[in-house]
This record gives sequence, structure tokens and C-alpha cells, in this order.
Amino acid sequence: MIPELGHLALILALLLAIAQAGFPLAGSLTGNRPWMTMARPLAYGQLAFVAIAFAALVQAFLASDFSVLYVAQNSNSLLPDIYKISAVWGGHEGSLLLWALMMAGWGAAVAAFSRNLPLPVVARVIAVMGMVAIGFLLFMLLTSNPFERLFPVPPEGRDLNPLLQDFGLAIHPPMLYMGYVGFSVAFAFALAALIGGKLDAAWARWSRPWTTVAWVFLTIGIALGSWWAYYELGWGGWWFWDPVENASLMPWLVGTALIHSLAVTEKRAAFKSWTVLLAISAFSLSLLGTFLVRSGVLTSVHAFATDPERGLFILLFLCLVIGGSLALYAWRAPEVSEGGRFDLLSRESGLLLNNLLFVAFTVLVLFGTLAPLIYEAFNLGKISVGFPWFNKMFLALAPFLALLLGIGPATRWKHDEPWRLTKTLWIALALSIGMLALASLPAISGGDQWVPIGIALAAWLLFSHLTLVRERLKHKHGSWRQAMLADFSGNGRSFYGMVVAHLGVAMFIVGVTMVSNHEIEKDLRMSPGDSHEMAGYRFEFLGAQKVNGPNYRADQGHFIVYRGQRQIAELFPEKRSYLGGGMPMTEAAIDAGFFRDVYVSLGEAVGGGDWALRLYYKPYVRWIWLGAGLMALGGAIAVSDRRYRTARARRTAPTEAVAAKA
Amino acid sequence: MSKSLRFLVPLIIFGALVILLMIGLGKDPTKVPSPLIGKPVPEFSLPALTDPERRVEDEDLQGEISLVNVWASWCVSCRQEHQALMALSKNSDFQIVGINWKDDAQDAREVLRMTGNPYAMNGHDPDNKVGLHWGVYGAPETFVVDRQGIIRYKHIGPITREVWEKTLEPLVAKLKAEG
Repeated sequence: MIPELGHLALILALLLAIAQAGFPLAGSLTGNRPWMTMARPLAYGQLAFVAIAFAALVQAFLASDFSVLYVAQNSNSLLPDIYKISAVWGGHEGSLLLWALMMAGWGAAVAAFSRNLPLPVVARVIAVMGMVAIGFLLFMLLTSNPFERLFPVPPEGRDLNPLLQDFGLAIHPPMLYMGYVGFSVAFAFALAALIGGKLDAAWARWSRPWTTVAWVFLTIGIALGSWWAYYELGWGGWWFWDPVENASLMPWLVGTALIHSLAVTEKRAAFKSWTVLLAISAFSLSLLGTFLVRSGVLTSVHAFATDPERGLFILLFLCLVIGGSLALYAWRAPEVSEGGRFDLLSRESGLLLNNLLFVAFTVLVLFGTLAPLIYEAFNLGKISVGFPWFNKMFLALAPFLALLLGIGPATRWKHDEPWRLTKTLWIALALSIGMLALASLPAISGGDQWVPIGIALAAWLLFSHLTLVRERLKHKHGSWRQAMLADFSGNGRSFYGMVVAHLGVAMFIVGVTMVSNHEIEKDLRMSPGDSHEMAGYRFEFLGAQKVNGPNYRADQGHFIVYRGQRQIAELFPEKRSYLGGGMPMTEAAIDAGFFRDVYVSLGEAVGGGDWALRLYYKPYVRWIWLGAGLMALGGAIAVSDRRYRTARARRTAPTEAVAAKA
Repeated sequence: MSKSLRFLVPLIIFGALVILLMIGLGKDPTKVPSPLIGKPVPEFSLPALTDPERRVEDEDLQGEISLVNVWASWCVSCRQEHQALMALSKNSDFQIVGINWKDDAQDAREVLRMTGNPYAMNGHDPDNKVGLHWGVYGAPETFVVDRQGIIRYKHIGPITREVWEKTLEPLVAKLKAEG
């Protein structure tokens, strides 16, 4: 009964979405106020019904109702409760429902937090979000109904893929989807502006916080995915350039370009049509990512359910949404004035370069991901553009980006003088060159050219941003700490957010450089009682024993790690066999540290109590995810800037009047 | 280019992308119709990976159902698949025969020593001599060969639990029933 209610709720949500896409938009075009005011209640209603459907599916999982096909395929009565909940989005149908829930959530949020926006704008934004929601709800109801019944009812479910029975992966998809779907808000604002024909700085100011929030979620989502791959797949890698990973990276890259170009559009009214194009692209790439992952046109290690029929539906949907919005762009954007002029040396130029680099990298990732398809389409045979190619492209672009990142924020808007810039940054530059020399010493670099480059670039980011903070506080009163606190609680949040996020980049660079060049990986065969020395750590293997988990049996190895004479960690890597299905899983044991991880992964029992196993020493690997965390934190700080709220409150009355006239 | 034409560029690029995706959708990369399906396995003779004195030949695929698995130590998906193969190697309905493809013998032997050896035998094909005749595009690929040495199915990409349960297991059961 409850699954049928869920199904019904989905159908009602679809009907509401159709109304939401129609009436407010028509109202905004004809000046029909009652129709426009329908936007908000419809958005809330859609959230309510999708939430009911989602709750119904969660209930089916918690009650282990295997008469529901999707539950039978992705759950098991032995599954711990927390994974019963995360199993809701462990497969295709449930992931879509989660998408739809978040889409409705963002729509309702826009409805709730847009009190100060002109009504026609709100109506158009919510209508565009309604159109996207129609696509997802139809897709679910026509090809991927999560509430489909199964008869005869199996006594037991097939179990959730053991790879997904993990805390990191339980929260990774919701974060990622929050980011993907969040870009739909920027997309909707862009389309609303194109429809209304009013692309101005106000438009950029409205969509900026929404875009940044979506970007923050996406950053966290990608970092969680990378962290999960690192500890769960047991290969010790943190990024594989897998199509699924690339699918999430592309919207992130364009989203990063977007939050920077929005800054230019807001402050200087420049790059207007370019910013709109980025907003369309960021969401389009989110949709494209979904298509690539769900349709099965590309094979991936994250083998999700694939189905050509679903692929065709998504492709049609892509054509309508992306093709339609790009056509609208081609029609309306030529009328947009190009806005503020700027000189060659100016912050605008810096941000333009930033945008070009990010877009270039996106195009390369897109090409690499689609290369197998391109080759196949032209019958050149099947190829896979591998790891080395992506790494080479990344290394070709990233250093320039980092170099620029130190200069850009120090540059003035519109026009700057080379000598002024040099005077500001020479100390930071000198210190970074010093770091370059220091890190070139063989003892630190280990003879690799990339180590000094990475360290120097990170130092450059650190010192140039410290210089920025010092410059900003130079003319303030009181001690630097008081001044900074006052600034922070005043109008400085977006500045400090930027500094924190950029320092996150520095941290990320250190992590990537160190772990790529100084990690140690060893395949060994060890007998109980054996010791092995690596990177100054001694690993003692005490043997393995059988242990039972709630829904698996495992061989559990017991290791003690010593540094000199001191015991620093006890590690218990496991090799698990889940009762629901036969594939064994490796559960690596990691002693995590700020400056290094030591990592043990069990291979196979090779007889006589001996085990084949793998030891890793991963210097600074945490810095990769901490760096990403800082970037996300920086975004969150920037969004909390007071200026958005006060600016909106100030503007409310007059704009509403103007918009009503228009 | 005139100003308004410039704004059409994104739409045109997207159009090209859609055409590409349409073609891709029609061709499922995991089910490239291999011209070899229904045909006897191509004649081959490779040195055994673990013992260069011995040879692995097409004769070895006669009389038993075989999964011929193309793999390499450098291939990440193969590592993922390896655990599945280890589990499948306990099944006595078929033998798993490896073709170690474009690989260094030393590295490959190291992988088997460290992570276990699911293969009944392993032919070493460092320069794609045999792979070419089998139409191997990349690793991993798995061919299902019946008792008469006829290729019945080709799977591209790693064998996952789902692939096994949905496709390969029913096929093996069918071949077993055929006798």
C-alpha cells in the first residue's frame, strides 16, 4: 500500500511540475499577476509530494519490503539500518528519486529565499526549474519506477553492492547531487534573464550565492568520492579519471569558472553573455554526466545499471533542455551590451584567463572521456584515453592556473600598473623562489622536477594571499587581529572566503605533489611473525583470523606499526565475503596522519597462514581532501557575506516597481 | 563572423555532440558484435606465463567450457575483476584460461603471486600476436568458449557480480546442459 502511495505522490508531483512550468511563465509574459504568484505554492507543493514519495521508498527499505523490485535488488534483511537508508540511492531508480527530491528542495528554497526579488523573475526562475523537474519525474515514471512490484515476493533481497556499504559512500551521492542539481538554480536564473531580456549586474548578484552554494556541495561531493575510492577500493589511488569521476569533474570545472565570471558580471557588468553561457554549460554538463553514467555508452568501474532505452530518453531530454537553452541563448544574447571596458592588466583580464584555462581543461576532460566514442563513431577502433594522458593535460594547465592565482586577486579592477603590482608582490615572489631553491635540494625533491615546482607554487599562493590580507588590513585601526575580526564581521566575508579557498588550492597542490612523487607501494608475502621495514616504519604481521560481521564473514589481519621502537598504530585490514553475494571485498586498514598515511591492504591467503598483501606509505595524502575541504569552507564563508542581504534589502522596493512596469 | 552568428557556436557544438552520442547509444560498448561469435577459436600457441617451457594452445579449449580472460597487470579494471575471477575459479563447471596481453611477464607473475591465481593456465601474449586474431580491443575482455571450442559470447569490460549473474552464469548453465 505504501509503495503505491509513493507512486501516486510521484504522479501528483509531475502534475504540479507541469503547472509550475506553465502558469508562472505564461503569467510573467502576459503580466498576469495571479498566475505569477502561483510559482511559490507550486514549488512548495512539489517538494511536499516528492518528499512523500521519497519517505515511502525509505519506509520500504527500512521494512525490508522485498515485494518492491528495487528494494529486493538493493537491500537485504541483514543490512545494518544506516545502509538500508543509504541503499535507497544505491541504485539507478533511487538515485533519480534523490535527484528529484533535491531538485524540488532547491526549487522550494528559491521560493522561500527570494522575497526581495521582482515577482516576474521569481516566476520565471521557478518555471524553468519546473521544466527540468518534469523531465526527471517523467524519466522516473516511464523508465525507472522505483515502486515497481515484484511477484512472487522473494524471501530475501539481493543485498546492496558491498562497495557501497560504507559511510563515505552513503553521503557522497547526496552531496554530489546537491551540487549537480544546485547548478540548476544558476541555470534557471540565466534562462529567466534571457527570457526577460534583462541581463544586468542585479541578475549576477542574485544568482551568485546560489551558484556558490551548489559549488560548495559539489566540491565536498567530489572530495568524498575521491576519499572513498582511496580507502575502499584498496588500490591506494585517489583519482582514476574514470568516466564517472570525469562526469562530476566537468561541471565542477565550469562551475568554478562560473563563480569567478559572476564576480566580474556583478562588479563590472562585463562578460555578461559569457557568464550566461557558463551557467547554461555548468548545468548541461551535470545532465550530460548523468547521461554518460546512466546510459551505458561508456563503460566504467562504477558499473551502474545501463539500459539503452533509458539512454535514449535522457538524450532526448538533453536535446530539449540544453538545445533549447542554447537556442534561446543564440536568439537573445546578441542583444546584450558588452558592458564595462578594461585594460590588458586588470583583474578582469586575470579572471578572463582563469575562465579560459578552466574551460580549456573542461574541453580536454570532455574529449578524453568521449574519445572512445569518437573513435568508435569513425570506426577507428576502440581506444581508451588513459590515466597518463589526463595527467599530462592536468600538469600542462594547472601550473599556469596556480601562477595566475597568485597575481589575479592582487590586481585592481579595470586598470592596474605593472610597477604597483610588482611592488605589492615582490616579497611573496622572492620567498617562493627561495622555496623553489630549497625544494630543489635532492634531499627534499628526491630528484624529481615536479616536487620543487609544486612546493614553490603552493608557497606562491600562500605568500601572495598573506600579502593581500596584510594590504587589506594596513590602513585599519587597532591590532591586526582586531582589525581582521572587525573586517570579518563587517563586509569582508567574501574576501576572506576567497583567501581560504585559494589556500585550499595551495594545500591541494602540496598533497598531490608529495603523494605522486614520494609515495611508496610494496607487494609482499608475509608469514605470521614477519616484519617489514618501509619509509622508516616497521610493519609487524601477527597473523590473520576469521571474524563475523552483521552481514559478512571476513579474514582479519593484525598488524602493529612501529616507528623506531615506538608503537604507533595497530591495523586490522579485512578481506570480506558478504553473505548476500559471493564477491570478496578488500577493506584496507589505514593509520591516517596529517603528514602521512600508512595503509595495509590484504590480498590473498597463500597457504600456511601466509598472506599476500600490500603496504603503502602515502605522504601528505590528507592534504588533497583537506585542501578540497578548505575550498568548500571558503565558498561557505563567501556566501555568508553580509553584502548580499543588505544589498537586496536596499534595492527591493524600486526594482519591484520597475519590473511591474516592464 | 557576424556578431549574432557567434552566439550560434555553442548550439552547433552541442548538435555535433548529440550526433556523437546518438551513434554511441546505438553501439553498446560492452556488446560489440564480435565476428568471431559462433566460430571456432582461432588457432594459437602461446608460451605459458608461469612456465615458458609449456605452451597454451587452442587444443586446450577442447572438451571443457572455458572463460578466456584477456588481462594485464597494468590494467586497473582487471585488478577489480580479479577478485571476481578468484571467486569464480572455485566453480568446477568451467576453466578460466588467461591471455596475458601486452604485458611484462615478470609483472604479471608478480600479480598472480600476490593476489592469487584464478587461471587454469595462462598464455603470455606480449605483442598482441594472438590478441589480434581474437579481435581484442582492450583489457579486460572475456570470451565464453564451449566444449567444442566454439566462441559463444564476448564480454568487454570487467566481470562484475551483475554481469556474472545476468549474462555469464545463465550462458554457462546452458552450455553445460548442451553437453
